[in-house]
Amino acid sequence: MLVNFPNETLPAFFSRRRNNHQTLPFPLSEGYLDEQFHQLEELQDDVSPNFVEEVVVLFFRDSSRLISNIEQALEKHPQDFHGLRACVQQLKGSSSSIGALKVKNECDLFREYCDEENKEGCLRSFQKVKKEHAILRQKLEAYFQLLRQVGQMERATPSYN
Amino acid sequence: MASSKQQMHVLAVDDNSVDRAVISRILRSSKHKVTAVDSAQRALDLLGLESDVNMIITDYWMPDMTGFDLLKRVKGSSALKEIPVVIMSSENVPSRINRCLEEGAEDFLLKPVRPSDVSRLCSRMMMR
Repeated sequence: MLVNFPNETLPAFFSRRRNNHQTLPFPLSEGYLDEQFHQLEELQDDVSPNFVEEVVVLFFRDSSRLISNIEQALEKHPQDFHGLRACVQQLKGSSSSIGALKVKNECDLFREYCDEENKEGCLRSFQKVKKEHAILRQKLEAYFQLLRQVGQMERATPSYN
Repeated sequence: MASSKQQMHVLAVDDNSVDRAVISRILRSSKHKVTAVDSAQRALDLLGLESDVNMIITDYWMPDMTGFDLLKRVKGSSALKEIPVVIMSSENVPSRINRCLEEGAEDFLLKPVRPSDVSRLCSRMMMR
């Protein structure tokens, strides 16, 4: 069962890949990921064909732990903004390393609220961080699934190669 | 004088697993040998053994011992001081950058580290 890929039919997609050797335009075009992600894709080769997916798995493992730490940190009274900021900074760092633009931007806002010691602001922006993180996870799971299916189809249909 | 591409042994130090994976892949895709560790202490332990490391690339901000502390330890050691040390940081703080360069850092890279930053760096290293 193929994931519905908006705006492009499969034959058109195969044609584009054959001609330009491009990777899929999504999710860059939707703004979830930036140029850093594309640079990571460029680093894949025969030696490390699954590098990007491996790094993405590492990212979600780390970021889930950090989100859980942040959750706990936000329950502390009085609020330890310094400790909170350190966690947010780490999450921002990982996000930026894989090109997770929206998550990174929400972390920047969150960090500003930490600097202002604004608890309400922190709680609000943390909700946004979690939301973007969850959306990105879905998008990337779909993306890698699509890549696998495309890979299988390309191998099975040599006329497209 | 290096006329052909040489392989370096780079010691990458970063407590963040994503960044460690990225810097390792960038270096390996240019055919360098990489040893990646998650702390400055582990880096020092490794350097203390009979190691053939020709470059250290380290994150600045790590718990326990920072990249700056590592830099000072390396530059303060007669056995290690010739090894170039590059610092990486996600924060663009000019005073921090200056302090690192004054302490003998070879270069300072802002994260996210791009393959082009690293290849420029490695080319320079291999010119020596």
